Amino acid sequence: MTIKLNGDSHDIPQPLSVSALLAALEIDPRRVAVEHNLTVVKKTAYDSAIVGDGDEVEIVNFVGGG
Amino acid sequence: MKARTNMSDLVIAGRTFRSRLIVGTGKYPSHAIMKAAHEESGADMVTVAVRRVDISRKTESLLDYIDTSKIFLLPNTAACYTADDAIRTARLGREAGMSNWVKLEVIGDEQTLFPDNEGLLEATRVLVKEGFIVLPYTNDDPVMCRKLAEAGAAAVMPLGAPIGSGLGIQNPNNIRIIREQAKVPVIVDAGVGTASDAAVAMELGADGVLMNTAIAGATDPVMMARAMRLAVEAGRLAYLSGRIPRKSYATASSPLRGVVGS
Repeated sequence: MTIKLNGDSHDIPQPLSVSALLAALEIDPRRVAVEHNLTVVKKTAYDSAIVGDGDEVEIVNFVGGG
Repeated sequence: MKARTNMSDLVIAGRTFRSRLIVGTGKYPSHAIMKAAHEESGADMVTVAVRRVDISRKTESLLDYIDTSKIFLLPNTAACYTADDAIRTARLGREAGMSNWVKLEVIGDEQTLFPDNEGLLEATRVLVKEGFIVLPYTNDDPVMCRKLAEAGAAAVMPLGAPIGSGLGIQNPNNIRIIREQAKVPVIVDAGVGTASDAAVAMELGADGVLMNTAIAGATDPVMMARAMRLAVEAGRLAYLSGRIPRKSYATASSPLRGVVGS
């Protein structure tokens, strides 16, 4: 199945929790924020929020800015 | 007599900052130079941008170079051109940083990066209602600053000149009027090119100055960070100490009596 991850198509083997998706991407969950279908996912909900086929996911972090 | 260094702390929304200089984290030659410049600046609040994680490529984390036990992170909504995008970015920034503060930018024009007043006011109202501490980057317009404060902004951040332009304070009289009228802290944000610009902003009564490019883009960012720290302190002290009035003609500093040969 395919999700839209940060604007690009991304294949996942089966529906994944946000925690599992971040682990698969080797991203430290403490330093990012995740939006799932336009709603921000609270860190406490990373295990319970399930990403499935056709979903849109944004993963952001802090970068240099003014 | 010892100088009364009445440099009282900057307080925004009940939070106290020791430094009145707020600096950015963008465009430094390296993260290590940024860290050294931050230390030299004395700033205890820095701005950060919220951007997509690069999935394909592991990059160094900015946060490895910021001691967040000492430095408060202020996420911005830079490059947002609508209230909706700015609100969305602010919500993500809150989750990433675990604080409800936001430097709110709603940009109205690509060339000047001037704010979109309508979008800025709308986004301020929405985010204040959601419990955010909103610090809007705004035009140097006293009426707009008043409207933002009335909408619940915790401070107003009028520009001195276009972002990254280094032109200095283009409309000092407006900054002075904004300070006189505003019931919230006034942070001059953007346009500073060199230390004297920061001093001018503070002498006009600004409660603080926010800058990025002036330090990050200097040939020696660490030295410029020190210059800015001193300029902000000097400008603040000059403002508090009450400067002399401007006059067109000379007033002698030395006694007129007892001049040899008179």
